[in-house]
Amino acid sequence: MTKDNQGILWEVFVQTKPGLPHKHCGSVHAPDKEMAIQNARDVYTRRSEGTSLWVVPAEAITASSPEDIGSFFEPANDKIYRHPTFYHVPEGVKYL
Amino acid sequence: MEKQQALFNYLLRLADSSLILGHRLSEWCGHGPVLEEDIALTNIALDFVGRANSIYVYAGKVEDKGRSEDDLAYMRNERNFFNNLLAEQPNGDFAQTILRQYFIDTYEIHFFEELSKSKDEMLAGIAAKSLKEIQYHIRHSSSWMERLGGGTDESNRRLQDSLNEIYRFTGSLFETNEADTVLAAEGIVPDLTTIQGKWQKDIDAKLEKSLLKKPENVWMQKGSLQGKHTEHLGYILAEMQSLHRAYPGVKW
Repeated sequence: MTKDNQGILWEVFVQTKPGLPHKHCGSVHAPDKEMAIQNARDVYTRRSEGTSLWVVPAEAITASSPEDIGSFFEPANDKIYRHPTFYHVPEGVKYL
Repeated sequence: MEKQQALFNYLLRLADSSLILGHRLSEWCGHGPVLEEDIALTNIALDFVGRANSIYVYAGKVEDKGRSEDDLAYMRNERNFFNNLLAEQPNGDFAQTILRQYFIDTYEIHFFEELSKSKDEMLAGIAAKSLKEIQYHIRHSSSWMERLGGGTDESNRRLQDSLNEIYRFTGSLFETNEADTVLAAEGIVPDLTTIQGKWQKDIDAKLEKSLLKKPENVWMQKGSLQGKHTEHLGYILAEMQSLHRAYPGVKW
């Protein structure tokens, strides 16, 4: 396999408006964090799509795997008493 | 020299430098060393071409002979172009492009800062808008200068070779003519000698930080303000103006 000399892979998160969460929008390669921020700005915010940029080395991200979907996420759907919509709030209760 | 003539002449100088450098940078499109740099360099090229466009539009109004920005960009020959000699130098390798860019960015950050105080409102506006772009450009070229200079033996050698080759064209950034005297007297344009002092200081510091040796006893090439250029400009214009030369008066 030929050596990949593109540098480190970074995941990019863009915040479109102040106060909103940063959303993942893609990745860039760069040798270090300063270049990563600049590259992310060029690739993902060229048309003023954001107010804030985060870059994180892809290595730093721990992700759940597809096999885990069952054990991680499904039980919650069965247990309806865990959902906020299960309990009816009586009239007259003001500051719950 | 009469003021309108001086202003027109000066505007052409600014616009030509932006257009030629923008064109040179656009030559990287599809050829960048990595994808991110391909996008970065072409983004920067667009900034320069956009700025050239704004200035040509204003120049056309100042000249008041009905010439549009397209007429000014595509219908003049080398002897009537007043861009600085550094802009027309070949891209060379990535190191040479970065070095050329750094020289120009350092010049522009000081020059446009002063120009944004111009008594000419239009010019001050263009300068203020350009400053934001230049702050980004210099961040990019400055980062690469240090990384290439202090990187591997090869990257340092390439940067040093480029320095030895194109340093002689940096003097062209500070060429002046009668237009400067006329316009500076009215507070329309900055004094290039003060800017040159700041530029030299920044460059010397950066070259040292990037582990480069400044060439000594360099004869600075000049003549751009008389339309005397290196042979490169001929080829650039032949390519850039080829459509208008083949179909004069063409419209989209």
